[in-house]
Amino acid sequence: MTVAPAETGSLTRAITVTVNGEARSAEVENRLLLVHFLRQTLGLTGTHIGCDTTSCGACTVLLDGTPAKSCTVFAVSVEGREVTTVEGLAPAGGLHPVQEGFHEEHGLQCGFCTPGMMLASAALLAENPDPSEEEIRWALSGNICRCTGYQNIVKAVQHAGARMREGS
Amino acid sequence: MYPARFEYHAPASVDEALALLERYGDEGKVLAGGQSLIPLMKLRFASPGALVDVNRIQGLDTLEEGPNGLTIGPLVRHRDCERSTTLRGRYGVLADAAPQISDPIVRNLGTVAGSLAHADPQGDWGSALLAAGAEVEATGPSGTRTIALDDLFQGPFTTSLEPTELLTAVRVPDPGPRAGGTYLKLERKVGDFATVGVAVHVSFANGTVGRAGIALTAVGPRSIRATAAEEALAGATLDDDTIRHAAELAAQAAEPRSDHRGTADYKRSVVRVFTERGLRKAAEAAREEER
Repeated sequence: MTVAPAETGSLTRAITVTVNGEARSAEVENRLLLVHFLRQTLGLTGTHIGCDTTSCGACTVLLDGTPAKSCTVFAVSVEGREVTTVEGLAPAGGLHPVQEGFHEEHGLQCGFCTPGMMLASAALLAENPDPSEEEIRWALSGNICRCTGYQNIVKAVQHAGARMREGS
Repeated sequence: MYPARFEYHAPASVDEALALLERYGDEGKVLAGGQSLIPLMKLRFASPGALVDVNRIQGLDTLEEGPNGLTIGPLVRHRDCERSTTLRGRYGVLADAAPQISDPIVRNLGTVAGSLAHADPQGDWGSALLAAGAEVEATGPSGTRTIALDDLFQGPFTTSLEPTELLTAVRVPDPGPRAGGTYLKLERKVGDFATVGVAVHVSFANGTVGRAGIALTAVGPRSIRATAAEEALAGATLDDDTIRHAAELAAQAAEPRSDHRGTADYKRSVVRVFTERGLRKAAEAAREEER
């Protein structure tokens, strides 16, 4: 932070974002990426930084319910909007069906891609609780698992879908 | 990676956005979906002094069909096109291109207009919309002008838009009652940029080709319209000989370079094969549409 701000306008902005149901306010640099706002400003480190080039999907969060790569969104742009991170997925004292699915079907190995995978899966199931294997693979095609554990990830999503259809 | 510092504005109207663009001139940049601009800024290939975020402006996300064709507003996302039933059938070149752009999460945010303004020679919308015969509406301090898409693309990442202009609409002419098209893309893996892409559109009139649109992705410094192939098709019956001849002309229009995705000869060959395949599929789609 050695460069003086330009005289003509502000390089920071006060924002309020609803994160996991809670209004969070901060003064942030305009250039702050959403993923850094979540991890550094708010300390929500469940959102991972993988490639940092919009390719891997590890940083996926839900923006008003729709998956977005938080390394490719400015925090100032989400002023007034709702963000869901992996920390906000589970209801109090329980697990989200997707989390249960990943647990039951061993849908993770190293776990690095898991938060992004789970949020993309949750968004898919919210829209389509009974996706085919192809639809699951298609919906997760923006999320990369370097352990290549896709087989079990697909099973995990199927497990979660079945659970959600049962309504439990 | 952190972008360079910038001023940020989120105007509530087009007029306000235009005033900001005029104020900042060369230093200003429009932020729509951000899926191309933000990566460029993170790599410091772009470091605009100010961003004008148009996402708060109401009414810019309309995707509608009127008597003269389609209007695609500047905030229409790739996802909206992927899910639109309007785009299927006669606008098949657009419907087939949409789900092949990047990956589903990027498609949630990235916009059609932003993709055109970005003018990446590997961008899929450039050639799909060239084949569809689209034009764009640019609004600036002195009013609104229409630019044929072929005149918008000047070179790699370079358009004829002025820094003070906002791309306010993409317009696709009505293709007529009997039309079809498709977009064929060769990629190394799902979500990758095209190694080669070929967009094909055909409007039929009285059993022969009325207007044909053929455009190529990733085989030159910009999205390329294969005009010789289009001219050879106009007025012709779409038989095997015509299709093969047009495919040959399209391959000649390509200006591919050898790189890690393939050799120039290989890419040119893919253009020929895809054009042939695309024309057959377009003809089939038009027959389906007629039923």
